[in-house]
Amino acid sequence: MTKNLLEVSNLQMRFGGLLAVDQINFSVRKSEVFSIIGPNGAGKTTVFNCVSGFYKPATGSVVLDGVRIEGLPSHAVAEKGLVRTFQNIRLFKDLTVLENLLVAQHSQIKTGLLHGLFATPSYRKAEHEALKNAAAWLHRLGLTSVANRGAGTLPYGHQRLVEIARCMITKPRLLMLDEPAAGLNPQEKIELAKLIDSLRTDFGISVLLIEHDMSLVMEISDRILVMEYGRAIATGFPLEIQNDPRVIKAYLGEE
Amino acid sequence: MNQDSNARAASLLTTAASISAAKGKSLRTYALGKNLKSAFIASVITIVLTTPVLGLQLKMISYKVVLEQHWMPVWLAAAAVFVFQIFRPLWLVNRSAIKFPSVPELNAHRQKAIVQALLVLGLIFPFFASRGSVDVGTIALIYIILGLGLNIVVGYAGLLDLGYVGFYAVGGYTYALLNQHFGLSFWQCLPVAALVASIFGFVLGFPVLRLRGDYLAIVTLGFGEIIRLLLNNATSVTGGPDGISGIPKPTFFGIEFARKASEEGTETFHQILGIDYSGTHMVVFLYLVALALVAFTLFVTSRLIRMPVGRAWEALREDETACRSLALNPTKIKLSAFTLGAAIAGLAGAFFAARQGLVNPESFTFIESALILAVVVLGGMGSQLGVVLAAILLTVLPEVARGFDEYRMLIFGLVMVLMMIWRPQGLLPASRPHVELPK
Repeated sequence: MTKNLLEVSNLQMRFGGLLAVDQINFSVRKSEVFSIIGPNGAGKTTVFNCVSGFYKPATGSVVLDGVRIEGLPSHAVAEKGLVRTFQNIRLFKDLTVLENLLVAQHSQIKTGLLHGLFATPSYRKAEHEALKNAAAWLHRLGLTSVANRGAGTLPYGHQRLVEIARCMITKPRLLMLDEPAAGLNPQEKIELAKLIDSLRTDFGISVLLIEHDMSLVMEISDRILVMEYGRAIATGFPLEIQNDPRVIKAYLGEE
Repeated sequence: MNQDSNARAASLLTTAASISAAKGKSLRTYALGKNLKSAFIASVITIVLTTPVLGLQLKMISYKVVLEQHWMPVWLAAAAVFVFQIFRPLWLVNRSAIKFPSVPELNAHRQKAIVQALLVLGLIFPFFASRGSVDVGTIALIYIILGLGLNIVVGYAGLLDLGYVGFYAVGGYTYALLNQHFGLSFWQCLPVAALVASIFGFVLGFPVLRLRGDYLAIVTLGFGEIIRLLLNNATSVTGGPDGISGIPKPTFFGIEFARKASEEGTETFHQILGIDYSGTHMVVFLYLVALALVAFTLFVTSRLIRMPVGRAWEALREDETACRSLALNPTKIKLSAFTLGAAIAGLAGAFFAARQGLVNPESFTFIESALILAVVVLGGMGSQLGVVLAAILLTVLPEVARGFDEYRMLIFGLVMVLMMIWRPQGLLPASRPHVELPK
């Protein structure tokens, strides 16, 4: 059996009197694409926020590779190798695409202030390394031609790709994508599916995905968690989920 | 003349009344009626506002203060406002025809070249200018240093700091106190002043940087005031409102610029060169020291913005949430901006103390913070050349306008308002040196 990279148990999140997420349990294995689906308002993004440290869950535990991370500030969680994208793209719009990728390497570039001020060889080497990394990712995603453009000026599909590249350049172990296919055209969705699959095979990362596009989810997910009203109603392989009467009921209503 | 216009205003007013009585048959007349009403209100407000300033004047007539009434200027002002308000819609319609001159867009390379050219110009300037203008130039240079320092905090990192003058004060008092108690020289104290100011920046920054935007502005404003009040009240240490005086001027590698050396057996600048003593030497030397500090600050800030920490500041200014999701610790990054900004204010403070020979809390009031902030905003947030130009403008302008006597601050204010209408993004909006992909 493959080891679990991420284990979420008994996760509960409250906003005042509202129980947004209740008793959620799931685990993501190494090199697995795990999707969370569910109707709008089911609490999928809340789970994301709890796992990535943007919310502090009321109860429950989040364990990344044997280390408890619930309640840690989000930047500390990211440093442990768990990075995420956002439903509404959050690029640094006034910075260029390249600079977006350089900023993302901030915690990897360990150069002191004085090194930078005097542009010492070690500083220059680190900067060059960062540039090379960024160039490699831009090449991989076919974004080299727009590297020096302001990130905010790119078409929507490209912005999504830059956001994924920006996450990947931090060398994560778990990539969390919040509705990455939203707003993409069918062709772009096919390419996104290929990209996610290749990231998993090439880098051995796990992917935690929130998505509404069912064909994409069914195609690339290894396992799926279905949520409704803050609770998990089913977990399983895509085929099981597709035929689960509770899931069909949640999505289509009762006949 | 004002009676004429008053009569006209009155007649217009009656027309307006009849028009509004007619309940606006056409849209045009209705608009005119509304227009007249607002013009009337505006001129009444003008009368209220100008009466204490222009209408009533205190005169000393042989030990007696007499209140003189001058109604003419008040009527004139009211009439002018009234006429302007009447014709304003016309002006608004034709506004597209009125254009302010445009400033050419300059890319980062050009801006850098201009900054360097200005530095060279600044180096030549004191040898050809009068003593007074060199003195004003020195003040301008101090504001350039302060502007560049605050630019890190406000322009790059996007943290609205209204208490920046506090760190300026810390720098000044550091030099003053170290010199008074330990006899340390300016050059020894300069780095210490920067360090002490940065420690203050770090310590004060730590609790407040969790706050954002307006809240941060209010708290930093408070800190600036606290530092000033501390200096004012800790009389045993800081000398209270009297401050500390007798602070020595900087020396040129140990050579003094005095008529006579303060220590036996040493020679002063003019004695070594064998020229006559002149007070101008000191003024020019101070100017050059300030210029060197400006060059140093320019170097440091332009390097910082290219470094990872500079990129992180800008990223943080744009989207803190995204930064956190990429393992950037916002508190650390904000603190670095706050600390470095404070260090630069400390440098400026130490120089200020040396130039004045005296520090007291009066020099570090909120208006000073506001002026430095105006330098940054007017120049264009995050733009080095912009800050340099704005600092020169804001320090030289009040001097040039000195001939207008009591109206000079009015002119100063007017210029600032016009500037902000003309270029709301600042004199020269920042154009960052972008990193390019290696080919």
